[in-house]
Amino acid sequence: MSDEMKIGAYICKGCGIGDRLNTQQMATIAEREAKANVVREHDYLCNADGVAMIQKDIDEEGVNRVAIIACSRRAKTEAFNFDGVAVIRGNIREGVIWVRPDTEEAQETTQEMAEDYTRMAVFEARYQTPPKPSGQAGRNPHLLVVGGGISGMTAAIEAAKAGYQVTLVEKEAELGGTAGKLFKRVPNAHPFKDPMDTGVEALKAAIEADDRITVHTSSTITKTSGAPGRFSVDITRESGETITENVGAIIQASGFKPYDANNLPELGYGKSPDVVTQIELEALAKAANGGPIKRPSDGKEVESVVFVQCAGQRSDKEGHLPYCSGFCCNASIKQAMYFKDANPNVDTVVLYTDLRTPGAGGEDFYRAGQEKGVIFTKGTVSEVETGGGLKVKFKDLILDEDTEAQPDLVVLATGTVPNSGVDIEEVPQNEPGEWESDPNSVLNLAYRQGKDLPLLKHGFNDSHFICFPYETRRTGIYTAGPVRRPMDIQQAIEDATGAALKSIQAIENAAQGRAAHPRSGDLSYPSFRKEGCTQCKRCTVECPFGAIDEDEERYPQFNESRCRRCGTCMGACPVRVISFENYSVDSVGQQIKNIEIPDEFDEKPRILVLACENDAYPALDMAAMKGIEYSAFARVIPVRCLGSVNTIWVTDALNTGYDGVVLMGCQKGENYQCHFVKGSEMAHYRMSKVDDTLEQLNLEKERVETYEVAITDVERAPKLINDMAETIEKIGMSPFKF
Amino acid sequence: MSEIVATNQTILVVGGGISGMTAALEAAECGKQVILLEKNPSLGGRVSQLYRYFPKMCHPTCGVEINYRRIKANRNLRVITMAEVASVSGDEGNYQVKVKISPRYVNENCTACGECSKAVEAEFDDEYNYGLGKRKGAYLPYAMAYPQRYVIDPRILGSDDAGKAKAACKYDAIDLEQQEQEVDLNVGAIIWATGWRPYDAAKIQPYGYDRIANVITSVEFERMADPYGPTGGKILRPSDGKEAKDIAFIQCAGSRDRNHLKHCSRICCMASLKQTHYVREKYGDDGKATIYYIDIRAIDRIDDFHRKVKEDPNVTFVKSKVASIVEDKATGNPVLRGVNTEGYHRYENPHDLVVLAVGMEPSVPADQFPADVTINEEGFIEPTSQGAIFAAGCSSDALDVNRAVQSATASALRAIQVVNRVAGMEG
Repeated sequence: MSDEMKIGAYICKGCGIGDRLNTQQMATIAEREAKANVVREHDYLCNADGVAMIQKDIDEEGVNRVAIIACSRRAKTEAFNFDGVAVIRGNIREGVIWVRPDTEEAQETTQEMAEDYTRMAVFEARYQTPPKPSGQAGRNPHLLVVGGGISGMTAAIEAAKAGYQVTLVEKEAELGGTAGKLFKRVPNAHPFKDPMDTGVEALKAAIEADDRITVHTSSTITKTSGAPGRFSVDITRESGETITENVGAIIQASGFKPYDANNLPELGYGKSPDVVTQIELEALAKAANGGPIKRPSDGKEVESVVFVQCAGQRSDKEGHLPYCSGFCCNASIKQAMYFKDANPNVDTVVLYTDLRTPGAGGEDFYRAGQEKGVIFTKGTVSEVETGGGLKVKFKDLILDEDTEAQPDLVVLATGTVPNSGVDIEEVPQNEPGEWESDPNSVLNLAYRQGKDLPLLKHGFNDSHFICFPYETRRTGIYTAGPVRRPMDIQQAIEDATGAALKSIQAIENAAQGRAAHPRSGDLSYPSFRKEGCTQCKRCTVECPFGAIDEDEERYPQFNESRCRRCGTCMGACPVRVISFENYSVDSVGQQIKNIEIPDEFDEKPRILVLACENDAYPALDMAAMKGIEYSAFARVIPVRCLGSVNTIWVTDALNTGYDGVVLMGCQKGENYQCHFVKGSEMAHYRMSKVDDTLEQLNLEKERVETYEVAITDVERAPKLINDMAETIEKIGMSPFKF
Repeated sequence: MSEIVATNQTILVVGGGISGMTAALEAAECGKQVILLEKNPSLGGRVSQLYRYFPKMCHPTCGVEINYRRIKANRNLRVITMAEVASVSGDEGNYQVKVKISPRYVNENCTACGECSKAVEAEFDDEYNYGLGKRKGAYLPYAMAYPQRYVIDPRILGSDDAGKAKAACKYDAIDLEQQEQEVDLNVGAIIWATGWRPYDAAKIQPYGYDRIANVITSVEFERMADPYGPTGGKILRPSDGKEAKDIAFIQCAGSRDRNHLKHCSRICCMASLKQTHYVREKYGDDGKATIYYIDIRAIDRIDDFHRKVKEDPNVTFVKSKVASIVEDKATGNPVLRGVNTEGYHRYENPHDLVVLAVGMEPSVPADQFPADVTINEEGFIEPTSQGAIFAAGCSSDALDVNRAVQSATASALRAIQVVNRVAGMEG
């Protein structure tokens, strides 16, 4: 196929389009005004005949930009899936005839709407290149796992089983992590009655036996640079000796540390050796090895034990953990069984507020505890006195009375604190060329935005997504296990297996130059015009995924396999030098500039709507399906993310005579719904500065509105457009019509 | 339908809810060939029937839209709807699967223009709304349904409506002659993601779900809260259509109970806490919620959501397993009887509406499983199961969406391990 651009414009007449619109007139516009090389109308474009017609033009006429002027890009996507060419969709069904009344008075403005979408589709096509992968990263089927606990070991073994090489790095001298310190674990299969073997030794043996896995113990990561498919990792031993490995993807399974019980003097910790944490009880149980457990103070066999649940957890008190650690209820039941299984006469009491044993086996295990004689009391502990024997003072919530117990041993269920490295918001990164590793960092990323993964809630490294829990904000680096949220062993195993899949996927994507979620498979990537760049660093700072670094001359380095293709950098760039092959300042800007702006006295305003393609645009589609009307003066352009909106689009629109601009992005802030995390937030921030521009142009600031719109805002989204139409009616037409 | 290509390096995913979609996409995005079967006319599963997700209070359709986009863009993935597995034979790396495909009576020509639906008169209970509303005999399962293609209800076949639907279609998309098909697939590994169904509330006799109009289930309440649901987003009493402002939520309705489901369904506490927000959203300070519970299981990072609801003066927590519900005939109010075990106080509390937080039951009963897998007493597939049939999501355990997605992603890797082994052996 020659590189010469050849645009085919195809106008569908189906679904009532032909009855409602003058498609012949649209075809004339596509040909004469927008200068498409081939223009055809079809009664029913998405059927086999219509698709074959387009394919024939691709094969025989050399058409390589296909503008389909028919239904929404969300409909019939598979039918219009042509290889090796750019496909653009002009939306005249959901975007025009379904949102306009079928009346004679409305006919003229509806036709104008469709004609503009025709122009826009052809101009978008003109500023497109079918993307090709950069080839920056090759295939490197080798992954790094940081952390040798049960999560890390599982991830390593599962990835190796799929045929990948693994390097496993553990900072301690031995593999095993927290699970390695346990006597037994909570059962994972029927009948869920007795504690079972932790499985740690079996995992260690499997790693030992697998020649695809290389283990480095007593080692830490002192530098990680590069990108998916081409990470370079420095692994440093205790001795200071460093080796460098090249890996395709990374799993961070750095686990947790137990909460520091010294923060709980009111519960007697640190005052009596007989007040222990759950993890300390495991050591006592291991020492007893199935025999009677002895208390630390004097070695006496324990005859009575009280478990205090939620010790320093689920509390807003200073120094306490605000979350529930999830596994401690089952862990206390298991530990009570250590006593009961050795000697049924030992008194075991679990003091709890909400007993949390969810899922298939949890209730069975809870019942097994009750059957073994473990007592469960709903109560809140006020104090553990340690002078002359232990005294646990608590309020029994069922009997509604203050009471106390005098056990030989108290076990505090204290919960977990994630090993998530340094908080990159607090710890500044080194300047380019001045690397220094940080002993508190887990990954020591040489990324411009900081050395570790960003923290989200409560210090955990996570994605904050419900639907897409693996999407961290550093592409190709996946967290697994309790570093991302509190979890038990069974969940950590599942989580680690899932993280292994995502790493493998990152390796395969990088090899082919394909984007990761949510623009999976996108081959385009950002590039920039170096001579225009002012090194302002806005792109580096605003990238939600920390993808962009700076070279020694301080120019941006895009690291495309780290890029998620949201275009936030393009939106950020004040000199507009950043673009994608199929999405650029021009591919949108030319659509904006090439619609027809009627004369001021025609009383036909024009409203530019830039809508997030993930949420606001589908909401408008659904409004159309429900026959909800909106203003015929709107011209809607879907954008990858509101973060990709460059303010030049807004100022250009106002300069060329648009009367209003409406931006629709996703919810921002703590409970953000933006699929690119910060895109919507960045857009709102940038638009707050647009007021100055409006002032310079002597335009009312109501002409530009930015909204958070959810995919379910099926009535609200059209209303926001209509509100703008009303505003314009009130404040009058723009004076910038030429 | 075009030919279905499958080999022993193909991964079959059974069930097109959030878990099945995730497993299929994650495997396909690793470059594997995947076939995804769904028994309903649209993908989406239970999550597509939820109004909001906890803890972010965001809308499930947002994530579903992204997944649909991923599906549309991925050529490694073949979706077959209205398809069920009839039997599975063979072994790891080489399974023979018989698939039954029910007729949709609408072919790929459909443009979703909706003319057939307008032409048809007959209406039926809308499955998407748990029967709370009606839909036409020619219908799109829901606004965002994928594939975006209409369905003809077989009950209109042979009636005037069938002819009207066919006549209304300009695109030759309605094919009333379609027959049930049986297809044999050879696949290497199977991911079982058939999900859950709400426990049948009528079986909990003392709660009177089948006798008292104003006792509904939590899944029905989701549809009611949705502005595009059967009540247009209004929380109304089924008995008289009055606004329900004083709502009781009964936890563990059918869960943690040897007479019903003996497991804890994990999600119901968070679901009810979330639903108290719906009451707030609709009625502000006039809305009151009372949660009757045994333990509030707001597990791990999201316990702060629980504590925030506790601070709401309009939400009351009563530690009690409700003993029985009777209807006050004069007002239509359900009256809850029981004992508040904190301090042992008897109560007899009338409410406008009762929402039963019904448990999760695996969709496929253990005795009807078409494949050889180990199923535990709760009906879930055990992690220790042998062979290359891997459970994903709620067929493996009672899980929330986040955990279901993790489980599905893990199952995708397990399936890939098998097909990679097959590929290696076949060089």
